[in-house]
Amino acid sequence: MTTATALDTLGRLESEAIHIFREVAGEFDRPVILFSGGKDSTLLLHLAVKAFWPAPVPFPLLHVDTGHNFEEVIEFRDKVVAQHGLRLEVAKVQDYIDDGRLAERPDGTRNPLQTVPLLDAITNHKFDAVFGGGRRDEERARAKERIFSLRNAFGQWEPRRQRPELWNLYNGRHRPGEHVRVFPLSNWTELDVWHYIAREGIELPSIYYAHRREVYLRDGMWLAEGPWGGPRDGEEKVEKTVRYRTVGDGSCTGAVESDAADISAVIAEVAASRLTERGATRADDRLSEAAMEDRKREGYF
Amino acid sequence: MSDLLRLATAGSVDDGKSTLVGRLLYDTKSVLADTLDAVHRASADRGLTTPDLSLLVDGLRSEREQGITIDVAYRYFATPKRSFVLADTPGHVQYTRNTVTGASTAQLGVLLVDARKGVIEQTRRHAAVLALLGVPRLVLAVNKIDLVDFDEVTFSRIAKEFTAHATALGYAEDAVVEIPVSALAGDNVVERSTRTPWYDGPTLLEHLESVPVDADAHDAPFRFPVQYVIRPRTPEHPDYRGYAGQVAAGTVRVGDEIAVLPAGLRSAVTGIDTADGPLQEAAAGQSVTLLLAHDLDISRGDLIATAAQPPTVTDEFEATVCWLSEKALTPGARVLVKHGTRTVQAIVTELRTRFDEQKLASTEAPDSLSLNEIGQVAVRTAEPIPVDDYTKDRRTGAFLVIDAADGSTLAAGLVGAPLPEVDGVDSCTEGGDAALPDTHALVSPGP
Ligand SMILES: Nc1nc2c(ncn2[C@@H]2O[C@H](COP(=O)(O)OP(=O)(O)OP(=O)(O)O)[C@@H](O)[C@H]2O)c(=O)[nH]1
Ligand SMILES: [Mg+2]
Repeated sequence: MTTATALDTLGRLESEAIHIFREVAGEFDRPVILFSGGKDSTLLLHLAVKAFWPAPVPFPLLHVDTGHNFEEVIEFRDKVVAQHGLRLEVAKVQDYIDDGRLAERPDGTRNPLQTVPLLDAITNHKFDAVFGGGRRDEERARAKERIFSLRNAFGQWEPRRQRPELWNLYNGRHRPGEHVRVFPLSNWTELDVWHYIAREGIELPSIYYAHRREVYLRDGMWLAEGPWGGPRDGEEKVEKTVRYRTVGDGSCTGAVESDAADISAVIAEVAASRLTERGATRADDRLSEAAMEDRKREGYF
Repeated sequence: MSDLLRLATAGSVDDGKSTLVGRLLYDTKSVLADTLDAVHRASADRGLTTPDLSLLVDGLRSEREQGITIDVAYRYFATPKRSFVLADTPGHVQYTRNTVTGASTAQLGVLLVDARKGVIEQTRRHAAVLALLGVPRLVLAVNKIDLVDFDEVTFSRIAKEFTAHATALGYAEDAVVEIPVSALAGDNVVERSTRTPWYDGPTLLEHLESVPVDADAHDAPFRFPVQYVIRPRTPEHPDYRGYAGQVAAGTVRVGDEIAVLPAGLRSAVTGIDTADGPLQEAAAGQSVTLLLAHDLDISRGDLIATAAQPPTVTDEFEATVCWLSEKALTPGARVLVKHGTRTVQAIVTELRTRFDEQKLASTEAPDSLSLNEIGQVAVRTAEPIPVDDYTKDRRTGAFLVIDAADGSTLAAGLVGAPLPEVDGVDSCTEGGDAALPDTHALVSPGP
């Protein structure tokens, strides 16, 4: 029989993600897409656009803003939102710190502080399905999560109580107050993401490609100066050619030294890399052996 | 781009599934340095002299604390020949539903046994689950061969015993391959072992790279559950009305005559749309939007099928269920059935049989089906639904049984009777678990 229409790996992943978006659109009342402007969430939005074409994406976007942003990413975020004519809700960690609902952590990292504003936004807007760009290959606790991940009224992930997820029949039923996190990119690897970005010609914030930047070394990571602070005593600023493999809270997202200035160079670099993207760039995941699991249990992405 | 094989591990607790998966990842150089460092550190903390490769996959804190797998881990790796999606499932009987999760989409099951124990109760249960779910091929990995001095006789005895069981479950002989391995030391996983000179079959990886992959069912009759109706109502597309979905089986071409079920309406396909432009045809696995010749009342939950070979539309059917809930199933139970994109109310009117996966025999008219039990039932739905036999179509023959009150998934449902009629087959138990009780008690089974 003809294989003219047989799907390759990227085609399968794309088709699976589109199927997931449409299931959620068909079964939930108030879905929302988490959108930071980073590569995974940009990919997520790209797939959502494809799933509903020629109609507009039937969901708003939500950004949980740590206040520790890279300017290029926020500009990019706003440009993409305008391009697609979508509504963007922003939940600001800074607001919570300003009025005392949250306190700055001693290490200055705000990634773990995102959970409360996220859960408040979900409650206030009555969102019942929340799309995230999480991938199982990122981290071994994520590798355990379902595509439809039921969260209790406190947004908590209860790994022992996960529903069986059979075939591609997703069960999104939930009780009032509960919601479902949905991960259409579950089965993508970092390399799949880059190959697909290349194939589709998806634009990304410039900081994913090599550029000159002043950085300083802390805990083996190249951090950039920003509103979150800069080098401490004994930490020296140097200019380097770097790029970012992940984009998160600026205070704990490291740059990697890289000459990869375009997409094919990035693909070659990722394929040859001996470090995972989180291991290379995220201080928050180095906190403990179960850092990610603990944050997810608290209601994190 | 290389093709893809989806596989799931299975087998009893502690038989070495996670270690084997870790070993596959490690020996194919799929583990990156920082992940490996973390495993080295964690192994050293636990007083081990060599890295415990199961820590690569046992990603939850309680899994690492107890040294067992609780839920499925999905891992991805590729060799120049193929890409692999690996589901590492738990062996403990309490978590069978997670094993079912991993196996439901697998094209190959890697079933492990501990060479010291041979085929035991849980081996037989998992083999039955894999057979029921229609996993087309099996590997029997006779693991811990290092602990039986790489003994050929032990291997052959286990292989023979298992083959008999698999054959009784309906597997053809060439669908099952037995391999002696040591997940811990790496023998015959990726590297050929010098300690099993008597074995001349493939290593596990060689087999995974060459085993035929059963392709998506492009030749099957066309099936397309409608997920969502796309109606932009924009100035550019004022009257556009497309039916979005993923082709579940078969192939559709522009011009094809179709039926819309359960209503039984007829129309023809006038267009197959994607965001990348129109297509002339689409096959199983593709997400597309169909345009039809007539303005029909079609919504989510309807099935578009080839008019030439439509599925049976019925409100009463026979099914096999794999019960996954602590709440037992009793006759007359009111449930929800999610089939394709439609969820309907249903009653399980009768429990016909309970399948004993140990003796491969059935008990007639059981009072109930409890956690992890497999049985045949009769189902009546509040509205007719279009069903195919699971053995003909793994996608449109499958359904979920859902608790209407709390929304939980109660069972994996399969239309028809996918397991062979095996009454009267002698169980081939020999040694096994009676002599070696499952001593791996769970530490705090948790709430
Ligand atoms: N000697 C020897 N020990 C092994 C071998 N494979 C696994 N083990 C040991 O067996 C124990 C259990 O291994 P796991 O990989 O966790 O077993 P599992 O099948 O994944 O267990 P569950 O997921 O809990 O069902 C560990 O202590 C392993 O080191 C082997 O080939 N030889
Ligand atoms: Mg395990």
